Amino acid sequence: MHDTLVDYDKQMGLENFHPSLVKGPVGVNINSLGEADVFGLEPKIISRGVNFYYGSKRALNNINISFAPRRVTAIIGPSGCGKSTFIRLLNRMHELVPGTRLEGEILLDGLDIISPACDAADLRKRVGMVFQKPNPFPKTIFENIAYGLEVNGVTDRQVIEATVVDSLKKAALWGEVKDRLKDSALGLSGGQQQRLCIARALAVSPEVILFDEPCASLDPISTGKIEELILQLKKDYTIIIVTHNMQQAARVSDRTAFFLMGDLIEEGRTDNIFKAPRDRRTEDYITGRFG
Amino acid sequence: MASCMAANILFLGAILFFIASKGLSSISWEFITQAPRDAMTAGGVAPAIVGTFYLTLGAILFALPLGVACAVYLTEYSPKGWIVNVLRISVNNLAGVPSVVFGLFGLTVFVKYMGFGVSILSGSLTLGILALPVIISASQEALMAVPQSIREASLALGATQWETIRKVVLPAALPGILTGVILSVGRVAGETAPILFTAAAFYLKGYPDSVFSEVMALPYHIYALMTEGTHPEEQTRIAYASSLLLLGLVLSVSMLAIWLRQRQRKAYHA
Repeated sequence: MHDTLVDYDKQMGLENFHPSLVKGPVGVNINSLGEADVFGLEPKIISRGVNFYYGSKRALNNINISFAPRRVTAIIGPSGCGKSTFIRLLNRMHELVPGTRLEGEILLDGLDIISPACDAADLRKRVGMVFQKPNPFPKTIFENIAYGLEVNGVTDRQVIEATVVDSLKKAALWGEVKDRLKDSALGLSGGQQQRLCIARALAVSPEVILFDEPCASLDPISTGKIEELILQLKKDYTIIIVTHNMQQAARVSDRTAFFLMGDLIEEGRTDNIFKAPRDRRTEDYITGRFG
Repeated sequence: MASCMAANILFLGAILFFIASKGLSSISWEFITQAPRDAMTAGGVAPAIVGTFYLTLGAILFALPLGVACAVYLTEYSPKGWIVNVLRISVNNLAGVPSVVFGLFGLTVFVKYMGFGVSILSGSLTLGILALPVIISASQEALMAVPQSIREASLALGATQWETIRKVVLPAALPGILTGVILSVGRVAGETAPILFTAAAFYLKGYPDSVFSEVMALPYHIYALMTEGTHPEEQTRIAYASSLLLLGLVLSVSMLAIWLRQRQRKAYHA
């Protein structure tokens, strides 16, 4: 058990952590690694020694972090800290930008997803993404969801129809759109469009869903719905959410990672991060002293 | 701005009025459905209408797939750099080549070298090259107007780049591509010089029976009526009527395409 702990420390990139830095209530497993909800779970995604460059500009420095399966991990930090850059590595969307370079290792269930042997399209079927601005296709609501199945070679009409309905239900959108599946998705409100994008991501049965500031352009009510949905979805999916909204991180996540200027400053259980940050910079950020 | 618009509308109106006042009285059912008679002084222009239709259709069939493929390559695939710039400059320069030069090119390459003879095929290919730059640049603009975010959405679902282009980007760009087609149909249908040596005949008895037939065509018919023959008065009358017909044809094709585009827009943009 103890070995596991040490290994987990290493995987979580926290080997330098010292319990005396924790200000919170001291328990048996006081270090933030001791939560029962992480223990015993193989990390779904592991990032080891990841450096990332745009041209010659270094955007990420030696990122070591693991993500627990079927949990929500929030990545917080000020604008330009590299948090969005980082999650775009996890489904290799960074490859769309020319002139970038990635060093290090990113493992999904132990599989090296950075290696050229790993097909980016196959990876993205397993690691879905919801973007900052809702980006439905200029197609009907039905076609938006069916699209992912079609590009994945599903041709059985009944399977497609059943999956569309199922995905819309999971994304808590079914009731609102069931009578207008043949209408353009662009006629939906912003919040509905974002839930449509979530349904679209769910339709291809991913294992991990990356949310890149999914509520940045939404009103508080729509935001609430998305957050509720995220809490629902974590039963079945590993979720990583980038957000600049700390309340949101506190509300939806089990673990929180704080990025600053391309560095991962600290990562741990969300309540610990917010109540008892170990690093001065984290504390400054969450108390609003900068950012 | 407003005065520019007013001048524009004024000129268009003036041209339409001028042509209509001189040509309208000669247009009849007979004029549209029958062949010329009595040394071009009577009868109709039906073979020329048919010929213009074939030539335009052929040109679009050739230029549309090629032009869209070029535009897709330029915007979606080609790495940014000097090659793309050279290609872009070439496309723009192609648009600036005088149409009679296209005609000579068509004569040399399609009629003579490739042995298609003076035919619908040679004329269509020549007109197609003329239409290419318009279709390429309109398609490029349409493709670039498709937001990057929906390309990302498609790729993030595990679609390949080609699937993304075929199923998301091209359908979204279709209204803009249609605009290019409208513009080029107008230009192609009205051109005289490119078909002068490659396709057009002054007078033919029947209708074309294959792509290797010579054809009559409206713009060339007008040109011929005004420069040849021995009955200038009757011929001028027929020339104006033909002009009106040509204008009407081009405008109605434009209207049809605009209508199609609007319908498409509605379907896509709620």
